[in-house]
Amino acid sequence: MSLSLDEVRHIAKLARLELAGGELEATQAKLNGIFGLIEEMQAVNTDGVEPMSHPQELAQRLREDKVSETDRRAAFQAIAPQTEAGLYLVPQVIE
Amino acid sequence: MIDSSLKEIAAALRAKTVSAVELATESLARIEAGNATINAFITVDRDGALAAARAADARLAAGNAGPLTGIPMAHKDVFCTEGVLTTCGSKMLSNFVSPYDAHVVTLLKAAGAVMVGKTNMDEFAMGSSNENSHFGPVRNPWNTDCVPGGSSGGSAAAVAARMVPIATGTDTGGSIRQPAALCGITGIKPTYGTVSRYGMIAYASSLDQGGAFARTAEDCALMLSAMTGHDPRDSTSLERDAEDYTRDLAQPLAGLRIGLPTEFFAEGMSDDVRAAVEAALAEYRKLGAVTVDVSLPNARLAIPAYYVIAPAEASSNLSRFDGVRYGHRAAEYGDLNDMYCKSRAQGFGAEVKRRILMGTYVLSHGYYDAYYIKAQKLRRLIAQDFAAAFEQCDVIAGPTSPTVAFGIGEKSNDPVQMYLSDIYTIAVNLAGLPGLAHPAGFGAGGLPVGLQLIGNYFGEARLLGVAHQFQQSTDWHARKPAV
Repeated sequence: MSLSLDEVRHIAKLARLELAGGELEATQAKLNGIFGLIEEMQAVNTDGVEPMSHPQELAQRLREDKVSETDRRAAFQAIAPQTEAGLYLVPQVIE
Repeated sequence: MIDSSLKEIAAALRAKTVSAVELATESLARIEAGNATINAFITVDRDGALAAARAADARLAAGNAGPLTGIPMAHKDVFCTEGVLTTCGSKMLSNFVSPYDAHVVTLLKAAGAVMVGKTNMDEFAMGSSNENSHFGPVRNPWNTDCVPGGSSGGSAAAVAARMVPIATGTDTGGSIRQPAALCGITGIKPTYGTVSRYGMIAYASSLDQGGAFARTAEDCALMLSAMTGHDPRDSTSLERDAEDYTRDLAQPLAGLRIGLPTEFFAEGMSDDVRAAVEAALAEYRKLGAVTVDVSLPNARLAIPAYYVIAPAEASSNLSRFDGVRYGHRAAEYGDLNDMYCKSRAQGFGAEVKRRILMGTYVLSHGYYDAYYIKAQKLRRLIAQDFAAAFEQCDVIAGPTSPTVAFGIGEKSNDPVQMYLSDIYTIAVNLAGLPGLAHPAGFGAGGLPVGLQLIGNYFGEARLLGVAHQFQQSTDWHARKPAV
């Protein structure tokens, strides 16, 4: 298993990470080294083994649908890069 | 006074031979003197510490103090602290002043502990050497050319350098136990689900677990007792009451069955670590414990499984850092997508980017079954190995790390070599078991070696008791670095 430069470019796009030209090759080499490490697991027979997503077999809890938090919009927006009139500002998306 | 145990400090506070303000002042002075060298702290909150210390003194005067009231402590910078910078070791959050407290922070505040600051860490807790911090590497107090371990390297170094008697950490693949071992202190990661993850910035949610650093097991027990209990705000928090983790400290070791996994004692461990571990096991036998060989045949698969599961969860968790609601936003960008891509490229360091890319790949269309599901199946096999081993023993012991602390820069350019330094700790996270590391002597270069003890689910009190008995007849935990 090894990733081509195009595959690295594609997953960087999916992950919304800009990779500069020179970074691409170095990233590819390191990712392929890591894939070499994890490839070992493919040789293990896991037929009939139930995947374990969580150490304790818990069901998701449900809570009552009632208000538990107070309105802290001002506090939360105080740390945002750009806000106006209570809204988060981003570049225009819809023409 | 700050070099004393929690019990001694608490007694002195009650006897009024020292005040919480004096203790906080002493801690702040130690940090001021040592931090330029060690770089254990990202943020020091002098005003907040002194205010909390004054409140603790008032509580002590009123007679309603607990065992942690007035004790100086530090939080790993992964825990959100209201009104205090919370960076997670990342440029992405280098301007993030949290608007709320993590559950652990709330609990320790309520106990009257006095937070003096936030400790350095590998960015987003991804690392084994603390070299992945945006704020520079932490240096090991035993030898400042060496790493302290990671990712909770700042907390471990701060306790080892006697800047604070206790500190919090988090452990996803060994990030409490490995730095505790490399810095010559005691650290415990409890059973998954015991400590609330609310406000603990997520790396790999099914593995992340908060825990405690102190010089001794007894101090860890006192601290952990204030950190646990059900929290409805964390969907994986177990519905269990808080526990008194000091309850087994006095229990003698006669008849204790210590399992030694043959796989942990095969090749891979350096000779100096092996010698210290064997000597510690001989000491345990002298105290009445018996050792039995056990087998964890799938333990070798822990690293491959971990480096699928953790990056997969990380790629999902870290998608929240988009430069919109908090954190870093690029200064210049074109459209919205460009803003995301540039803000994330600038805000994240190289290791974080690698894990996001790894995770994105293994979760992408066509690879999910081959990697993520496969890794989760291995996870079950690893957990089953532990379950079988615990039918033959009460606790499992082995090395924490294959070597003593390595040099700064030695492995930082080779991710695979760096990942292998967690070979003995990762399986414990995959199974969700409690694990502890305690000082067990010294190896090459006079650097500390830590013994790892692994318990069955909810076996924290027993683990702490076992380590405490060891510390009653040894003094490795009392040795302190010259720095």
